[in-house]
Amino acid sequence: MKRLLLAALLALSSLSPALAVQPDEVLADPALETRARAISQELRCLVCQNQSIDDSNAPLARDLRLLVRDRLKAGDSDGKVMEFVTDRYGDYVLLRPPFKAITVVLWIGPFAVLLLGAVGTFLFLRGRRGVAAGADTAPLSADERRRLDALLRKED
Amino acid sequence: MRRLLYLLPFLLFIGVGIAFYLGFERDPRDIPSALIDKPAPTFDLPAVPGQPATGGLSSTKLAGDVTLVNVFASWCIPCKAEHPIITRLSREQGVTVFGINYKDKPEDALTWLSRNGNPYAAIGADQDGRVSIDWGVYGVPESYLIDRKGRIRFKHVGPLTPQVVEDQILPMIKHLRQG
Repeated sequence: MKRLLLAALLALSSLSPALAVQPDEVLADPALETRARAISQELRCLVCQNQSIDDSNAPLARDLRLLVRDRLKAGDSDGKVMEFVTDRYGDYVLLRPPFKAITVVLWIGPFAVLLLGAVGTFLFLRGRRGVAAGADTAPLSADERRRLDALLRKED
Repeated sequence: MRRLLYLLPFLLFIGVGIAFYLGFERDPRDIPSALIDKPAPTFDLPAVPGQPATGGLSSTKLAGDVTLVNVFASWCIPCKAEHPIITRLSREQGVTVFGINYKDKPEDALTWLSRNGNPYAAIGADQDGRVSIDWGVYGVPESYLIDRKGRIRFKHVGPLTPQVVEDQILPMIKHLRQG
């Protein structure tokens, strides 16, 4: 039983996602390593495009992780390291696109749609309340009342 | 006026549809190079060990003529497919082709070249891939057209096909040679 449990545990542990960062990549200086991790989470792996280089097992991602660490060790600021990579691979390598003329729609678009939806909903609801309120405030005329009574009596 | 307002969501839908359709037409692997019209990176790569005949490749060799720089590796299958096309460019069209041998074992590279022929005027061995990163390489094969002043003017990701050569490479070379 114990052995079975252990086997199950081992099988499960092998399912946990493996970290892409290899032990030999980790920098001795923990502060530098933290910065390196933060930077590599912002950089897109160009081979498997929806992963950051921090997540990706692609060889190029590893090369870029090592490059980021080398730049940091050489004394570059975080911004300088980012610049170094974007100089070579363009803005495409950034998982968070910079705010530029051609990315305005990307940044503003969702909020614009949300705002448009909110305005639309507001107008729609107000219109509906208007109709309901209208029904309340306009009482039946004597003629309408008579016809309604006649109809109701017929129902019985 | 009011009817137009009701049409708005529909028009928006059509617009978004067109945007998506155009988006899907694009090849997600075709990432525009950040280096177009910029000078080629400065580098100095040694020759593939055992193949020193043509020497290594450095940025100084790139200036002066319109050249094609081709990043290849023996382990890369599409490289083999494009190899005859590169050979033809070099032998029949008189294009100077330089090779960057990306992360290859020297002996594998040598076997590959002796088996398939060597159309390169010089080959630099980029063992750790650092120089290729300077070029913005993210997958082999990749090819770059360099003008006389040593600026990158065109980049193609993936194997060169007869169509790419016919439609893009040769016209661009002609244009650059005149310029």
